[in-house]
Amino acid sequence: MKEWNFDAVIIGGGVTGCAIARELSRYQLHTAVVEREEDVCSGTSKANSAIVHAGHDATPGSEKARFNVEGNRLMGQLSEDLDFEFERNGSLILCFAEEDRPALQELYDKGVKNGVPDLKIITGDEARAMEPNVSDAVVAALYAPTGGIVCPFGLTIALAENACDNGVEFIFNQEVKKVNKTEKGYDLETVDGVIHASYVINAAGVYADEIHNMVSGRKLHITPRKGDYCLLDKEAGNHVKHTIFQLPGKLGKGILVTPTIHGNLLTGPTAKNIEDKEATATTAEELAEIMEKGSVSVKNVPFRQVITSFSGLRAHEDGDDFIVGEAEDAPGFFDAAGIESPGLTSAPAIGVYVAEKVAEKAGAAKKAEWKGTRKGFVRPEKLSLEERAALIKERPEYGTIICRCEGVSEGEIVDAINRTLGAVSLDGIKRRVRQGMGRCQAGFCTPRTMEILARERGMKMEDICKNAPGSNMLTGQK
Amino acid sequence: MAKHDIVIIGGGPAGLAAAVAARKAGIQDILILERDGCLGGILNQCIHNGFGLHTFKEELTGPEYAARYIEMVEAEKIPYKLNTMVIDINKEKEVTVINKEDGLTTIQAKAIILAMGCRERPRGALNIPGYRPAGIYSAGTAQRLMNIEGFSVGKEVVILGSGDIGLIMARRMTLEGAKVKVVAELMPYSGGLKRNIVQCLDDYGIPLKLSHTVVGIEGKERVTGITIAQVGPDRKPIPGTEEHYSCDTLLLSVGLIPENELSRSIGIDMSRITSGPEVNDQLETSAEGVFACGNVLHVHDLVDYVSEEATLAGTNAAEYVRSGEEKSNCHVVELKAENGVRYTVPQTLDVNHMQDQVTVRFRVADVYKDRYISVYYDGVQISKRKKKVLAPGEMEQVVLKKESFGDYPDLKNIVICTEVE
Repeated sequence: MKEWNFDAVIIGGGVTGCAIARELSRYQLHTAVVEREEDVCSGTSKANSAIVHAGHDATPGSEKARFNVEGNRLMGQLSEDLDFEFERNGSLILCFAEEDRPALQELYDKGVKNGVPDLKIITGDEARAMEPNVSDAVVAALYAPTGGIVCPFGLTIALAENACDNGVEFIFNQEVKKVNKTEKGYDLETVDGVIHASYVINAAGVYADEIHNMVSGRKLHITPRKGDYCLLDKEAGNHVKHTIFQLPGKLGKGILVTPTIHGNLLTGPTAKNIEDKEATATTAEELAEIMEKGSVSVKNVPFRQVITSFSGLRAHEDGDDFIVGEAEDAPGFFDAAGIESPGLTSAPAIGVYVAEKVAEKAGAAKKAEWKGTRKGFVRPEKLSLEERAALIKERPEYGTIICRCEGVSEGEIVDAINRTLGAVSLDGIKRRVRQGMGRCQAGFCTPRTMEILARERGMKMEDICKNAPGSNMLTGQK
Repeated sequence: MAKHDIVIIGGGPAGLAAAVAARKAGIQDILILERDGCLGGILNQCIHNGFGLHTFKEELTGPEYAARYIEMVEAEKIPYKLNTMVIDINKEKEVTVINKEDGLTTIQAKAIILAMGCRERPRGALNIPGYRPAGIYSAGTAQRLMNIEGFSVGKEVVILGSGDIGLIMARRMTLEGAKVKVVAELMPYSGGLKRNIVQCLDDYGIPLKLSHTVVGIEGKERVTGITIAQVGPDRKPIPGTEEHYSCDTLLLSVGLIPENELSRSIGIDMSRITSGPEVNDQLETSAEGVFACGNVLHVHDLVDYVSEEATLAGTNAAEYVRSGEEKSNCHVVELKAENGVRYTVPQTLDVNHMQDQVTVRFRVADVYKDRYISVYYDGVQISKRKKKVLAPGEMEQVVLKKESFGDYPDLKNIVICTEVE
């Protein structure tokens, strides 16, 4: 049995947990993140709209409103500090009928109350002038210039690496089975042992209710709300430039159509309440719904160019808001629970808030030396031809292209494996450097990437997994 | 900037045959660029036999067939670069190349031959619903892992799609001890060659279920089961027809797509049907001096025809480099595919400059029985040939002779079509 001791332990290595870890790393606390999967960014953080919401959807005064607007505000500087991809492409919320104009106005008013800057209601023609492929049926739209798109893997991994560089430990493949109150704090029983912690931060995504209910009498209940998505080829990436939402109406929140930060086109999500917290299977009905509803806002979406589909689970709590802060009846136990949309946007703000509360409780001072910046991955494709040539001269492995669709070199894959919190699985490499994310979906590069991973980690090919242990790619030697 | 007369992009069967032909046509300065670690392309992983019956009048395995051409390239001392990726080509025929040894360099070519081959259609392109566990492979990826790397990819297998690679892999995995439970095909007919269905499925008792598709993938870490269902004429699953198979592997053989990213970067005119460049009878694309052959042009069934096509492209590219002048007095005629013929390659033909004969290759849109393949010049039937069976999985061809155009000095179009009577 293993035993660990920490001042503070964060349960969950998603974007929320990693944001809290990075902020907590400012303080003189021995901190760890415990994650049940083999890598960070393995749950809802890897399967979402990849949107930085402006903040007009949430009810004024709610936690969602507060953290969304603050998270959006923080994202620009954070992307510079931590070197991940983020762009304020602006978003349009479309109104299709005159009778819905009051609802559009209401959304605008909510946004203003929430403190969203520069919102503007524009006419259907103005919307079409900005986005020629927007439906002819659009009569008006809300334009939110602070809306953005981000790489959700890039954001989460940047936060985790920066936390790690500042002393936070990451414990993978350790699912927390039980949380027990102790004199000193809490004991977390994991699959392989026990973690003793003075302070616990619950960022367990769809399982945050179960973790919370182990220590608190004020029960939470999270419903996984599944959303399916279709990702389209980069050839379709310019179909729209802004993130196109539909006005939340009778049909629910609607399907968005957006470019991704990497230049693909993304459509989704559906919204279906389910029981099983592991049920990330897409369904034919929902994929059909995406195509039908996506076509309502944007004309001629080239759905023939879908390269993959996926689904993620929103952690919807019955109270319909984020639950952030110390549990009232469990001192030293902090929640970041019910983090559904706009959770990705909110993560940096939740991180700051929770870290401050934990540090205050612990009476922890800030470290004298803390490095708030991190250098991202070398991206040869983004360099000028001269710079790229110079780079290859220095490190020739940047000259061997492994993933031809995304132009990813051997050097980048080696980096993904060997840097701080390096990848141990194929999906881990993919999320770091986009190997296999292109139109052939890893058809050509899988064998070569497996060889590189085996070589760099000294593993046997048969032990290479797609993601978590058990997801072995091979079933043995021939 | 390095300069070469002919730069060939791709060292698979098309690129090799094109290189040999160009050398035989008198061009000394040729360079083959290959992204993989050895010449031969996908043939290297096709260790089954059945290659070369047309070209060499004997049955070879894929690596043997490749070796014949590699030997010719070596004998002719044609230079090639391995592990070398072309990342861009432009209209000036500047080829931007990246590899470990030379870094990033640009090559000026007089002529370019596109021979990049094709890739497999992935699961995502079909929008198959379900989980995304390990154990879902396109057939060619599994083939490489088995035949080149020497690993077993699965023990109990369901295959979706009856393309040739899927059929070959059904046999291959069976021979390696795996249990191939079923091959499901969306269409009411197979997309593969008849001989492969007989030799790879029937001989091993592997069921082929036509008009079936995968409607569910189970398993969180590794595939644990696949659900297939029958589809109606609209190709949509029919509720109530679901059948579940427990398995650890799903292989996909659901179509090949010519890899034309580079062709698009020059702005070449592309065919929406073949997904390859449009070419004239010289196999020259809309970009002057840029030729295309093999699976990058249109997906073939038999490598023999790839070699034949590439030989023509290599010869013509050599002629282009040698003559160095624009052709005058052209008489370009459009080839039209009609009534069950999906496309033709080439798409145009220059009556005045064509060789003595031109082979026009095409595929049909559906399975047809007892139909004629007819050729019309400006509405006048020139030839018809009866075929017992025509199928989309088998490439067809007609040969047009230069002399046949003598009576048509003002010819505007050539129609190739199927006819019932």
